[in-house]
Amino acid sequence: MHALAERIQQEYPRGFIKAVEWRGDVAVTVTREFLHDIARFVHDDPDMDCDYIVHVSSVDWPDDEERFEVVYEVYSIRKRHRIRLKTRVPESDCIVDSLTDLWKGAEFMEREVYDMMGIRFRHHPDLRRILMPDEYTEGYPLRKDFPVQGKGWRDTFEFLNETT
Amino acid sequence: MGLIQIGRHEKDGQSDVIVTTLERAVNWARKGSLWPMTFGLACCAIEMIAAVSSRYDMDRYGAGVFRASPRQSDLMIVAGTVCRRMAPVIRKIYDQMPEPKYVIAMGSCATSGNIYDSYSVVQGVDRFVPVDIYVPGCPPTPEALFDGILKLQERIMLKRVFTKQPDQVRMKA
Amino acid sequence: MKETTTKPVLDDQRTTVYKVDPEHPESESLPTLRTEELLLNMGPQHPSTHGVLKVILELEGERLVKSTPVMGFLHRGVEKLAEDGTYHQFIPHTDRLDYVCAMYNNFAYCRAVEKLMNITVPERAEYLRTIVAEVQRIIGHQFWLGTQALDIGAMTVFFYAFRDREILLDWFDELCGARLTTSWYRIGGVERDLTPALIQKLRQFLDYFPPKIDEYVVFLEKNRIWVARTKGVAVISAEDALSFGLSGPTLRGSGVDYDLRKYEPYSAYPKCEFSVPVGKNGDTYDRYWIRVQEMYESVKIIQQCLDQMREGPVMADVPSVTLPPKERVFTNLDSMIQQFKLFSQGFNAPPGEIYCGTEAHKGELGFYIVSTGGGKPYRLKIRAPSFIHMGAFDYMSRGYMIADAVTIFGTYDIVMGECDR
Repeated sequence: MHALAERIQQEYPRGFIKAVEWRGDVAVTVTREFLHDIARFVHDDPDMDCDYIVHVSSVDWPDDEERFEVVYEVYSIRKRHRIRLKTRVPESDCIVDSLTDLWKGAEFMEREVYDMMGIRFRHHPDLRRILMPDEYTEGYPLRKDFPVQGKGWRDTFEFLNETT
Repeated sequence: MGLIQIGRHEKDGQSDVIVTTLERAVNWARKGSLWPMTFGLACCAIEMIAAVSSRYDMDRYGAGVFRASPRQSDLMIVAGTVCRRMAPVIRKIYDQMPEPKYVIAMGSCATSGNIYDSYSVVQGVDRFVPVDIYVPGCPPTPEALFDGILKLQERIMLKRVFTKQPDQVRMKA
Repeated sequence: MKETTTKPVLDDQRTTVYKVDPEHPESESLPTLRTEELLLNMGPQHPSTHGVLKVILELEGERLVKSTPVMGFLHRGVEKLAEDGTYHQFIPHTDRLDYVCAMYNNFAYCRAVEKLMNITVPERAEYLRTIVAEVQRIIGHQFWLGTQALDIGAMTVFFYAFRDREILLDWFDELCGARLTTSWYRIGGVERDLTPALIQKLRQFLDYFPPKIDEYVVFLEKNRIWVARTKGVAVISAEDALSFGLSGPTLRGSGVDYDLRKYEPYSAYPKCEFSVPVGKNGDTYDRYWIRVQEMYESVKIIQQCLDQMREGPVMADVPSVTLPPKERVFTNLDSMIQQFKLFSQGFNAPPGEIYCGTEAHKGELGFYIVSTGGGKPYRLKIRAPSFIHMGAFDYMSRGYMIADAVTIFGTYDIVMGECDR
């Protein structure tokens, strides 16, 4: 196993689920409860030292019981290594701890994950839609059961009927 | 263009009197001083900026004074993808422009939505704003935009100002 | 520059309050205007917001207290459309992301898919890709310089930068048929080779261009207004910049030399010698200086690549993935069927996920692709630097004046096509 994944497994054996190394990328799947602690370890530990957040994204696996997967990728400028942390949440309880206290850039990226997939982030300073308007009610566009052409919002122009 | 020149000055052979109809004069003034509004939304805006720059100079058609405020402009060039979230803004700005006003839909996205057949892109700006000229291309080169502006100028010359517009207008071949 | 003023005692009925000068407490209290915060809406239709971006500014007098960017006016649903088409069909979508330098997005995407499919690109194709990528960097920085100067008020630089940009756009027109949204990169290589005429024109441009950069600099560096409006404006420390995820010249202005061309070298960059300019103060002037220096460095890289390039194929020879040459598609039935199948059904990607980042001229542009096998990506996430830079906008703009808001937009070099996707 990759050295970074081994260290995480040693420090948090209960939170670590599995590690996959493919095409040079290391991806570590962790439990939802330990995500924040492991992220703090990855950020603060002098050997890991991941101070730069690359991206936060989400994947929808509708056939699995734990439907949504939240992915955080971080990089260390000084040590020049990167690691990907993944966690799974079911649809009925899709709440994950926010990592904005560790990396400030996660704020907008987590808002986008909320907007596109519907996953909520605990302790996020300003969790609301970012790319779709605040009053968008059709759902979360990047879910697999959402049609590409939408549900009709793009063709209704209610502002044309306003007389002002 | 419909201008009739008479009254040659005997000494130089130059004319100093031009006779035309009031309608043609008004239309000539309108087409020669189209003031567009800066309404670049996406990639077509870059080509619009290039059309204004020194190489393709839009100012020679009279349309070079880009106004930021809709109240001072009479041409809205919708350049770029029209997303449904932006639609009320476009309509509001269109309503704020004083008459006579013209709209050019520049690019494939403004004409018909282009390759973005997705949940948030309006399939053409003509769904909520009346369009005079469509300029296709992705993005249209500045020469194509000029072609659109020249066709708009031809259309303006055919409009009636003081009498009622007939139902059909025949364009000259 | 941030200053603090003592808040006067407010009375809602009156518009003036009587304030004692803190420097001279023994003097009489003088009437001053009551101030309160004003919410000002800037955009989405605004000449200086570089696209459709709305910012709600909370002002106290002329100073910015808080700015809330509102995005999504150009959200085209590109990530959802990617799941609907094959990998080859996504290349034109990538053009329209950062439409100022379109080919770099193609480059980043093709690199990501090549990492997924484990394809090696031939050497000549790598050199060609690097050359064209650096030319794109030059036009991107010229566009940035022109619009930033225009926003601050130096209109001359706008016309000069665009004049030189047109020369390169003609070069692209001859190379691949389009000025702006080109799609010349393909998965596995590039579409066609450079002709000798194009190479000669490029060499002429490389001789013509560095004195032109000196010209732009002469207009700006000695100009007191430019220096006053850019020095000390929008300062961000290195630690904050890393925490926000900033990259590219925005990060290098604060002293961090993170450049993917040096940290994780790719393509033909390891074979070229160039330096990465790094700033000290983290203000707008440093970021401007870095971008100008990067134009000089790009010229050097292109020169070295043109000298080192050797003959060879321009597309990898993996028939199950890469497209056949166009001449054979129109004359040979097998090639036509291969092209048709690759575009409509796609190639068989192995299941797995990758992330691949590239140093675009705005920052780190990355693609995170999840594949479950088959011809269509299961999930394609675009790591767009403009979106992430908008996250730091509020933090960077506090305490500055409203006229600086326009400078801050420019120094971030935001393009809404990339920000909203």
